[in-house]
Amino acid sequence: MKFIPLIWATLWRRKPRTILTMASVIVAFLLYAMLTAVQAAFGAGVKVAGADRLVTMGRYSLTEILPYSHWTQVKTLPGVANVTVANWFGGVYKDERNFFPQFAVDGETYLDIYPEIVISPEQRKAFLDTRTGVIVAKSLAERFGWKLGDKLPIQSTIWPLKNGTNLWTFDIVGIFDTQKPEDRSQFEMLLMRQEYFDEARQFANGTIGWMVVKVKDPSQAPQMAKNIDAMFKNSAHETRTETEKAFNQSFVKQMGDIGMIITSILGAVFFTLLLLTGNTMMQSVRDRIPELAVLKTIGFSDRSVLLLVLAESAFLCIGAALVGIVLAMLILPGLAAHIPGFTGLALTGPAFALAVGIAFALTLVVGAIPATRAMRLNIVNALSGH
Amino acid sequence: MASMIQQISAVTGMNLRNVPSRWGASLVVVVGIGGVVGVLVALLAMAEGFRATLASTGRDDRAIVLRGGSKDELGSVMLREQAQIVADAPGVRRNADGKPLALFELYMLTDLAKPDDPSPNNVVVRGTSPAVLDVRNEAHIVQGRMFQTGLREVVVGRGASGQFVNLSVGSKVEIRDGQWDVVGIFESGGDVHESELWVDADVLMAASRRGAFNSVSLELENAGAYQKFRDALTADPRLTVNVQREPEYYASRSSALSTFITVLGYSVAIIMAIGAVFGALNTMYVAVSARSVEIATLRAIGFSNGPVIISVLAEALLLALAGGVIGAVISYIIFNGYSVSTLNMQTFSQVAFAFRVTPALVQEGLILALVLGFIGGLFPAVRAARLPVVEALRAA
Repeated sequence: MKFIPLIWATLWRRKPRTILTMASVIVAFLLYAMLTAVQAAFGAGVKVAGADRLVTMGRYSLTEILPYSHWTQVKTLPGVANVTVANWFGGVYKDERNFFPQFAVDGETYLDIYPEIVISPEQRKAFLDTRTGVIVAKSLAERFGWKLGDKLPIQSTIWPLKNGTNLWTFDIVGIFDTQKPEDRSQFEMLLMRQEYFDEARQFANGTIGWMVVKVKDPSQAPQMAKNIDAMFKNSAHETRTETEKAFNQSFVKQMGDIGMIITSILGAVFFTLLLLTGNTMMQSVRDRIPELAVLKTIGFSDRSVLLLVLAESAFLCIGAALVGIVLAMLILPGLAAHIPGFTGLALTGPAFALAVGIAFALTLVVGAIPATRAMRLNIVNALSGH
Repeated sequence: MASMIQQISAVTGMNLRNVPSRWGASLVVVVGIGGVVGVLVALLAMAEGFRATLASTGRDDRAIVLRGGSKDELGSVMLREQAQIVADAPGVRRNADGKPLALFELYMLTDLAKPDDPSPNNVVVRGTSPAVLDVRNEAHIVQGRMFQTGLREVVVGRGASGQFVNLSVGSKVEIRDGQWDVVGIFESGGDVHESELWVDADVLMAASRRGAFNSVSLELENAGAYQKFRDALTADPRLTVNVQREPEYYASRSSALSTFITVLGYSVAIIMAIGAVFGALNTMYVAVSARSVEIATLRAIGFSNGPVIISVLAEALLLALAGGVIGAVISYIIFNGYSVSTLNMQTFSQVAFAFRVTPALVQEGLILALVLGFIGGLFPAVRAARLPVVEALRAA
């Protein structure tokens, strides 16, 4: 502990050099924190997925429609606790860039199956009682300035009304939030009533998009998925049932190589950084060879010199890494508010831990060579060389 | 003036001959800037590849007609009667038999796996007619043969066949109501259609129990006939349709993804560039301080500030340029032509495209390298010029 002032002094021996090195380490970790947050946001659905929920869709594609009777049939299957239905509405609010998902769902069962959605009992009742009622995520209401009781015009791109026009008008009867704030981006959506949607649309009446099935025993989920599909085997509308986790995962995977791209960017960043910081440390030790020799002369052991240099490296790397991460934490919420679908953008615990781990590794890698060099220093040679 | 140039070349030459003795520090600039340029070029090559795929799709003398209010083919419905009215409209080109060159098409998705992962991907199945090769005449079969009407046969776009399993000639693929035979592979100039599977529309309609088409694509008499064609359809009381020229339609369906990739590319590159500038500054400051005696000596014997500044700047620029070239070359070797497939949220379907490292991107990367080198060299160069001669010499 008593050596901290010494380390501190050597660190600031050449101020511009230390500041510039720290600045690049800060930038690298800032980039790391932001990119991993984006990556986590893409994978958020996988984390939210309930172990007891299955998704049943058309065998060949989610976009196939299923007959309404599938719903009633699945309900009767033993082991099924609850079933809800959903449809993709695909409407546009004012401008296509204001994209957010809109689902037509069976209100009661949907809200029962997704306890993540938190809504007051009065608003829930209003949703179930109002045919044209919709409930919207709090983050959407904030972004677009919607209030309870507002009329909400949505231009449909898929489903025209019976009279052939595309403008649907809904009543906002509820604003919901999620139990955990980090789930917000996953539930940033609008829910409307399946009954009204099915009656008002021009075609495909009496059909549903997909079903979400809650099973009684999560350990039986894979078997239940097989049972559901077996039920519709060789019918005109065969199905494919997956766990909600697999379903959400397939969306992430469809994005393709986002993860690979982000990982390789970070690889390039850290490699560059390693070289940069390592070089600074070497330079700094080379400059101080006489000083280190003096330290040894007055009785510092080889080991303490090694530790001194490593400590300096630790201050540089870990200190700067923490600054970078804190900066990212300050920037992310502001950024998230401006990118639709990324409301939950934040640095996760594991990502933070990994960052600290990387900073430690960086300390050792860049500190190792200069520190051993300092340790092996021969006093006579070092002093006479000057 | 001549002596100035002489001074500059003398100092700069000496400086550059010294670079090998400071190899470690110089390498930091080269690698740091190389990394930034490499990442920037790679990300922009992805954006460029995607843009090129979309930009090459469609032609000015062709139009696509969707249901009024629909933004894409997946969300559009065209009844057969409506499609017929569209095909018979004025301005549509007719073939030798007097039949309109119009395709009544179905647009569906089927789930296919990639070789390394069994999870499903939304791949487009386009129900069309063999006449598609006359209307989209950039498309041609490169392997096998065209599908036959009335049979469950599939021709696969080259992009799709490279990305998903079971799409080679002779294999079977699940489309609707069971397995269909792959009989051919087609190319269409690297456009989005190469990410699709083409089948006979009537067969697909029966297999999927659908009663309507999704869109009508057609060839106009010429690009100028568009207005006439469009006006005729918009005035027709039997229809409410959305008429677009093909290039407009395909560009609008890719704007979100293009923007996303480009914004990602530039933001990452800017942040990395900031880091690299710090690295370059650091290195050049070190280089200047290592040479302070030398610089002071030069100034003492009568060299002026200009040549000293220019020599430091030239070193920084050359190192940066070397880094930029290395970054661009590595990016080119690894990524040029690298094929990927991703989900385009606007069409909810997979689109395959290849990274394109174009000369313009390489140029952009090299300019960035030089800018970084300039910033990284300027401040240390100014410091070198301001170095107090006496102190610097005394310190030695």
